[in-house]
Amino acid sequence: MTTTSISPTADLQTQYRQLQRRRVLVLALLGLALGGIVLIDLCTGPSPFPLSQVWAGLWQPDSLPTEQQIILWEVRLPRALLAALVGAALGLAGAEMQTVLNNPLASPFTLGVSAGASVGASLVVISGWTWSLWNENLALTGGAFAGAAVTTLLIVWLAWRQGATSETVVLFGIALLFSFEAALWMIQYIADSNALQQIVFWTMGSLGRATVTKVGMLALVLLGCGLWAARDAWTLTALRGGEEQARSLGLAVGRLRLVVLLRISLLAATALSFVGTIGFVGLVGPHVGRLLVGEDHRYYLPASALAGGLMVSGAAVLSKSLVPGVVLPIGIVTALIGVPMFMALLLRRKSIA
Amino acid sequence: MNSAALHIEALDLAYGPHQVLSKLTLAEVPPGSVVGVLGANGAGKSSLLRAVARMERAQGELRLGSLDLLRGRREDLLQHVAYLPQALPQASSLRVLEVIVGVLRATCPGLSAAAREERFHSVLAELQLLPLAMRRLDQLSGGQRQMVGLAQVLVRRASLMLLDEPTSALDLRWQMQTLHALRAAARDRGAIVCLAMHDLNLAARHCDRLVVLGPRGLLAEGPPAAVLRAEVLREAFKVDARIVQGADQLPVVLVERAEPFLADSG
Repeated sequence: MTTTSISPTADLQTQYRQLQRRRVLVLALLGLALGGIVLIDLCTGPSPFPLSQVWAGLWQPDSLPTEQQIILWEVRLPRALLAALVGAALGLAGAEMQTVLNNPLASPFTLGVSAGASVGASLVVISGWTWSLWNENLALTGGAFAGAAVTTLLIVWLAWRQGATSETVVLFGIALLFSFEAALWMIQYIADSNALQQIVFWTMGSLGRATVTKVGMLALVLLGCGLWAARDAWTLTALRGGEEQARSLGLAVGRLRLVVLLRISLLAATALSFVGTIGFVGLVGPHVGRLLVGEDHRYYLPASALAGGLMVSGAAVLSKSLVPGVVLPIGIVTALIGVPMFMALLLRRKSIA
Repeated sequence: MNSAALHIEALDLAYGPHQVLSKLTLAEVPPGSVVGVLGANGAGKSSLLRAVARMERAQGELRLGSLDLLRGRREDLLQHVAYLPQALPQASSLRVLEVIVGVLRATCPGLSAAAREERFHSVLAELQLLPLAMRRLDQLSGGQRQMVGLAQVLVRRASLMLLDEPTSALDLRWQMQTLHALRAAARDRGAIVCLAMHDLNLAARHCDRLVVLGPRGLLAEGPPAAVLRAEVLREAFKVDARIVQGADQLPVVLVERAEPFLADSG
């Protein structure tokens, strides 16, 4: 027990305001960094564009030659925006998941949601539906969305049946992860070489299927879920003080858990169905957010989303520049840079929040 | 509402097939009282408090003045009843100030920012927690977190406070601090304070009334001097105890010997 001098009210207020200002500043910096890295993402690729050209091309498309216009607007911009949005969606989903399940290991990846998406996409690939009515792109996306949604709904159903204790939900999610991986291997084992290649490519994650429509859809889902989550910010913050404490304040913790899991399922399923497996962002993004701004969810949720966006955008840049002339699958790069980053964070757990 | 009595009659609570409280009836608790709930582990102390706080679903009659605690609106309940769980506040990276303000936001949404400020400041000052206000919960010791939990309850200024072992992690000085703060709330605001506790001497010194629960329900209730008797303690805790009079006429319990655990029925 420290016996420092007792600070008067005004002092406490000033300290708290300073803390909040610092958090807003951190959010602003994260936002700027994300904007910056998206610009860098637009500049990098097989034919590098100088920044000035990209900048001009964004505001006055006609200032660029047609070929470059097409590369910038139809290839790079959708991919760069999709990378940032997918990262933000997974970061936000992971942050909410870790809070409602009260477990720092919870994320769409560790609880099997992305494995579910892969199983869904793979089933579409081997069923041959891709060659019939739909175009391949849409079929894969639909299959993945269904897989991810079924997974989270299974988790939600269990949470509801079991009175929603967090340990059972996490254990069930991890069990699902293992079963889906087994199912995925089974599908790969029976798939022909063509389908196998497609499945493997899916599980490595790719921004190659980005389109303006997908960017728009994910942006809408992210905006909607973000605003919805903002309404629960106080409740989620209260939950971090302890589940019993939150219940004693009259908060319906079980119902909150179900609602949040449903919201996450929409967010993660949409994001994963567009890009395939991108692990780790949903796990690490929230940890970065927590270290930077603490756990007042008014700051923690946006910080986790921005951190997730930064990670995937950074990985997108690296995926194009690590091996000259080759675009590596985004999922591989994310995990490769994500893991050491996570280790470093855990080892020096000194927070500035 | 601040001068409302607590009325507990024929209270039933079961966890599945396991009946914890069975037709429990207590004498009416007048406003301004501090009640100590005693009993062996598993005797139902926590369950009683949780039933009154509507953390568990119980049957019977449970009223605070005219407010029906079992069937009344939850918003009214939150206004008047504050419950401190046995579990300490979680060691998250939230600040002490943030969790206390959070409580006010959840339970007293109509409060102005200035009123909120006044409330949390006075409770932190009273408990001498001001130096900890900006610290993170995961940087506090267990005892410090328990004090934060107490602050979360006191800041609500409820007319009925139910505290489940509020001093279990505290050193002697903080134990005194806690009981003084609770006594002050009872005296100044006419609040009713119910504490589940294990320290019989602390209970004897600070409570107006004691309730002793045994395996088959209520064993004894009344003022400390009337309740703390060797036969009651033998039945409740399976110990041989000697009760002596302290200098201030309060009973002091000295436990001499515990019965072997073989015959313990829990």
